[in-house]
Amino acid sequence: MKRTFQQSSINGKVGIIMKAADLDNIDGLLIPGGESTVIGGLSSTNGTFQRMKAKINEGMPVMGTCAGLIMLSKRTYDKVVGESKQSLLGNLDVVVERNSYGHQGNSFETDLSIPALGTEPFRGVFIRAPSVKEIGPKVEVLAKLGATIVCVRQGKIIGTSFHPELTNDIRLHEFFLKSITEQN
Amino acid sequence: MISLVGSISNPVGTKAETKDDYELLKGSTLVKRGFAHMQKHGVIMDVTNVEQAQIAEEGGAVSVMVLDKLPYDVRKAGGVARTASLKVIESILDHVTIPVMAKCRIGHTYEARVLQDTGVDMVDESEVLTPADESRHVWKWDFTTPFVNGAKNLGEALRRIEEGASMIRTKGEPGTGNVAEAIKHFKILDNEISAIKVHFQSGNDQELIKIARGLRVSYDLVLEVGRLGRLPVVNFAAGGIATPADAANMISIGCDGIFVGSGIYKAEDPIQRARAIVLATTFYDDAKVVSEAQKMVDEKKSMLGLDISTLEYRMQDRGGDA
Repeated sequence: MKRTFQQSSINGKVGIIMKAADLDNIDGLLIPGGESTVIGGLSSTNGTFQRMKAKINEGMPVMGTCAGLIMLSKRTYDKVVGESKQSLLGNLDVVVERNSYGHQGNSFETDLSIPALGTEPFRGVFIRAPSVKEIGPKVEVLAKLGATIVCVRQGKIIGTSFHPELTNDIRLHEFFLKSITEQN
Repeated sequence: MISLVGSISNPVGTKAETKDDYELLKGSTLVKRGFAHMQKHGVIMDVTNVEQAQIAEEGGAVSVMVLDKLPYDVRKAGGVARTASLKVIESILDHVTIPVMAKCRIGHTYEARVLQDTGVDMVDESEVLTPADESRHVWKWDFTTPFVNGAKNLGEALRRIEEGASMIRTKGEPGTGNVAEAIKHFKILDNEISAIKVHFQSGNDQELIKIARGLRVSYDLVLEVGRLGRLPVVNFAAGGIATPADAANMISIGCDGIFVGSGIYKAEDPIQRARAIVLATTFYDDAKVVSEAQKMVDEKKSMLGLDISTLEYRMQDRGGDA
């Protein structure tokens, strides 16, 4: 995100959210990749989870990538293990399958077509990636890989299966920033 | 954006596949180092069975590392320490949703291969097991699965990266419950990186080439270390971490994350301790949370630990010169 600010015409600052109070003075939130079970568990220990959920409900723009997509979903299950108890924010009306492509040996990079970002392909890095299995009526599909949904938007909420934070292409981050500047 | 410097061209382990209407690339440096990057700020826990793996997952581990015996027990048992039973690994793969890593012996290409075929997310070519070839490590570019390797100085770390490692763990002395060696080696590595950064910033190419020759690694990789001021892959701390304060201390001096081996399951309070170490690792910067985490564990229940000066052998020295 820092690089996006440097390269685009939008000005802003980047910070890390460690506790609930950190959420009070921000215009948008990125939930990056990692392990969704860990992000959900740790953010629940100090009230950050509850505050995040409330602020997103109030309309705070948010983009979740990989684990972030899982966190935002209303329901998730693991492809092999099945349903497991984990804390989900549930603001995004989608059902997400975890580890949808299998273990790391099946992780990959590929060119994606994301019409909302223009015609130039977007290099998607899929790491033990989840995929979107069901979408609610307000959810718009931004990208598919084959028949599988890998990028969605619902109002000010964006979710991706892949990791735009691992490549040089800033278009998706820029797209997210525009959703923040447009509302202000 | 993550650094891809140190890669070779057209590695065997990178595989292109064509699906109906798209092409994908597996096992590329980006996909491998990207996986390691997703572990950042997390705790990876050693486990020997499904039950321990589930405790680790619930405790907030970002991955589990499967081995046949915990390092403390490897020392006690003696004999040859090999990779874990594949049946155990398979059942752990079926029961946890977080990544599953497993250890192979240093230089044992076929042990690594069977681990890859079993479907583990990362292979740890580890000095905790008995080395199979101390003069030559596994050529990791031949694998689609990413590797983590140990290092106790910058030369070891960069040589492992040039062999294809996607993650480094700074070696401590495994199975001892003593964090001193992990701290010592992280500081050695950090000082070596700082020196390179100074030469890079002053444009002293002659000195940088001299350093590259001394470390027996490519000039490009040394340049990248100077530019980044850190390794081009994530660097975790490992070996001897036993308490939440140990974990917070390692993160505060600059490690990207933590491996905990004997420290959890050789203690008498593993469930509490797993949670507490995760809390202290995440909130290392918040003294109050680290204190609370430390209060969750009882020193009377910590593993007793071993005095490093009286050990029969030191695992950290295995395979380092290669």
